Amino acid sequence: MSPAALTAIRLILQRDLRVAFRRPGQLLQPLVFFIMVTLLFPLGVSPELSRLREIAAGVLWAAALLASLLALEFLFREDAHDGTLEQQVLSGQSLTAAIFAKTLAHWLLTGLPLALVTPLAAASLGAPSASWAGIVVAVLLGTAALSLIGSIGAALTLGVRRGSLLLPLLVLPLSLPVLIFGARATQLAIAGAPYLAPLQLLAALAVLGVTLAPLAAAAAVRVSLE
Amino acid sequence: MTDPALEVHDLHLWRGEHHLLRGIGFSLASGQFLRLSGANGAGKTSLLRTLCGLIWPEQGTVRWRGADVHSDLRAFHAEMVYLGHEPPLKADLTARENLRYWVGLRRAVTCAELDRALTHMGVMECGDRPVRQLSAGQRRRIALAGLSLLPVALWLLDEPTTNLDAQGEELVAQLIAGQLARGAVVVAALHRDLPQTPMQAVRLELAA
Amino acid sequence: MAWTWFHRLGSPPYVYALCARLTPWLAWPAALLIAGGLYAGLVLAPPDYQQGEGFRIIYVHAPSAWMSLMVYTVMALAAATGLVWRIKVAHAVAAACAPIGASFTFAALVTGSLWGAPMWGTFWEWDPRLTSELVLLLLYLGYLGLRSAIDDPQRADRASAVLAVVGVVNVPIIHYSVVWWNSLHQAASVMRIGKPAMPPAMLLPLLAVLAGFTLLFAALLLVRVRGEILERERGARWVAQELAQS
Repeated sequence: MSPAALTAIRLILQRDLRVAFRRPGQLLQPLVFFIMVTLLFPLGVSPELSRLREIAAGVLWAAALLASLLALEFLFREDAHDGTLEQQVLSGQSLTAAIFAKTLAHWLLTGLPLALVTPLAAASLGAPSASWAGIVVAVLLGTAALSLIGSIGAALTLGVRRGSLLLPLLVLPLSLPVLIFGARATQLAIAGAPYLAPLQLLAALAVLGVTLAPLAAAAAVRVSLE
Repeated sequence: MTDPALEVHDLHLWRGEHHLLRGIGFSLASGQFLRLSGANGAGKTSLLRTLCGLIWPEQGTVRWRGADVHSDLRAFHAEMVYLGHEPPLKADLTARENLRYWVGLRRAVTCAELDRALTHMGVMECGDRPVRQLSAGQRRRIALAGLSLLPVALWLLDEPTTNLDAQGEELVAQLIAGQLARGAVVVAALHRDLPQTPMQAVRLELAA
Repeated sequence: MAWTWFHRLGSPPYVYALCARLTPWLAWPAALLIAGGLYAGLVLAPPDYQQGEGFRIIYVHAPSAWMSLMVYTVMALAAATGLVWRIKVAHAVAAACAPIGASFTFAALVTGSLWGAPMWGTFWEWDPRLTSELVLLLLYLGYLGLRSAIDDPQRADRASAVLAVVGVVNVPIIHYSVVWWNSLHQAASVMRIGKPAMPPAMLLPLLAVLAGFTLLFAALLLVRVRGEILERERGARWVAQELAQS
C-alpha cells in the first residue's frame, strides 16, 4: 500500500473516531440494543439457567447480528449527506483503502465494544466463565466480518428510498455463514468442548471480507454518488 | 494559443426520462475561466459532476490534457478540486480539524498555512469552534479557505458565492483570479457575475 | 473484426430483433422436452422402491433447484458484463433474469416441501438443500427490492449489478456453511436424488426435463429482455417505428 493511502487511512480513522466520541450517545445505542435483546429471552423463555444455556449461543448471535445491522446506519449515511464522502471519492486516493479505513473505524466503535460486553450477556444466559474468552474472540471475528459484509449493503442503500428497511434484506442472507460459525463456536465454548475449528472458519470469513468487501463497497459508493 | 487543457465534446446526459444535457461542448486552455449560468434545473450541477467524473455521460467525452478522464480517474482527481453546493464539512468537528482532514487527504498541511488561509478568509476566530455552531456564510468561507490550500490545475465550483456577503464575493473573485494567474482552469456555476470579472472569461448558458 | 458481434450485442434494436427471431427456436423444443420428460417421469418410470410414487416430484423439484442456481449465475455474469463494459443490454438481461430465477427458486421450495410432507411427516424440515434454496430466494428478493427502490434506471442497474456479483461470490459460501451446520445437527434425512444408482428409466426423463427447463428459461429470458429493452428505450425512435409496425 502506498504511503499516500496509509496517510488517508490514518486521517479517516482519526476523523471518524473523533466524530464518534463527540457524540457518545450514538455509540451506546447498538450496545444497549444488544443487551436488551439478550434480556428479552430470559423473560420470554424461562429463568432457569440450564434451559437458557441451550439457546444462549443462538440468542447472542442473533442479537449481535441485529445490533451490528442497526449500527450500519452510521457507516456512510452522514458522510454522504454532508458531502465528505464525495470529497473522498474525488481526493485522488484509493477509495477501496478509504472504505477499508471507514469500516475499520466502524468496527472499533461497534464490534469491539460489543465483544467486550458479551461476557455480561453470556453470563446472564448461563454461560460459564470459562467459556467467555472463546466467546469474545468469536464475537470479535464475527463482528469484523459483519461490518465488512454490511459495508456493501450500507453503500448500496445510500440515497435509496426506505434504505434502512432494505438494508436487512440485503445483508442478512449474506451474513448467515457468520451466524452459523459464530453460534457454533459459542455453543462449543459453553459446552467446554474445543471450538477452534469454527473459530478458524470465522477468521477465514473475516479475511475474505477484508480482501473483497472494500472493493465491492467502493464500487457501490461510486454508483450511489452517480 | 496553448493546447486546450479541458475539452468537452458533445455531452449528452439523461436523468431518468429527462434529456438534461444536449450536446454540450467547449474547450478551455490553462488560465481560462468558464462561467456556467442557467435557470435552476438547467443542469449546471449535473454538468459539473459529469466533468469531475462522478457521473458517466450517456454520450460524449470529457478530456483532461488530451486523455479521457475516465481512463484514469484517480490521476485526474489528483489534479482537480470540486466544491459542491454544500461545504464538505463535518458538523461535529472544528473548522481546523475539518480542513486538516480534507486538505490532508491531498497534501501535508502545516498549522501556519491553515492559520493564514483562515485569516485570509476572515474566519480565523471560528477556527476552533465546531462547525455546527457556525453560520452558513462562515462555513462557506471555511470551505474556501480549504480550496485556497489546494492550488491544483482545475477547480470546479458549484455556486461558490452562496451565502456570502459582498466582501465574501470579493474574496471568491480574488481567489479565482489568483488561481487563473497561476495557469489553472476554473469552471464555476454562478447565478450572478463576480464583482470583478476575471480575465479570459467564457460564458456558457445552459437552457432549461 | 472478431469484436463486431460483441459490439452488435450492445445495440438494443439489434438485440430486440435477435431475441424475437430466436424465441420460437427455444420455446418449441422446451415444450416438447418438458412434456415428454414429464410424461415419461410421471407415468412411465417405475416407482421408487423406497419412496414409492412420492419420488416423482423430483421431476419438477430437481430441475427447478438446478435452474434457480443457474439463473443466478447467468444474472451475475450479465450484471458483471454490464458493470465492466457499461453495456445497457447486459443490464437488461440481468434485470430479466431475476423474476424468472425467483420463480424457479420458489417452485423448488414448494415442491421440496410437498415432497417432505409424506417423507418427513412435516412440510418444513431444515434440510440443507431447502435451507439453501430459502436463502437463495432471499438473495433474489433483495436484488429485486434494491432494483425497485432506486428511481434512476441506470443507478438501479449498476447498484443491483454490484449486489448480484457479491451474491454469486457468497452463494457457495452460504451453501457449504449450511451443509456444515446441518451435518452437525441431524442424521442423514437428506433428499437423495440423481445418485448413480438411479436406473435409466428414471434418470432419462429427469435429464429431459432439465434440458427442457434450461431451454424454457432461455425462451422466457428472451421475451423478458425484449420487454426490458422496450421499457428502457421507450423514448427512442426505433421503438416508435417498431410499435407502429406491429
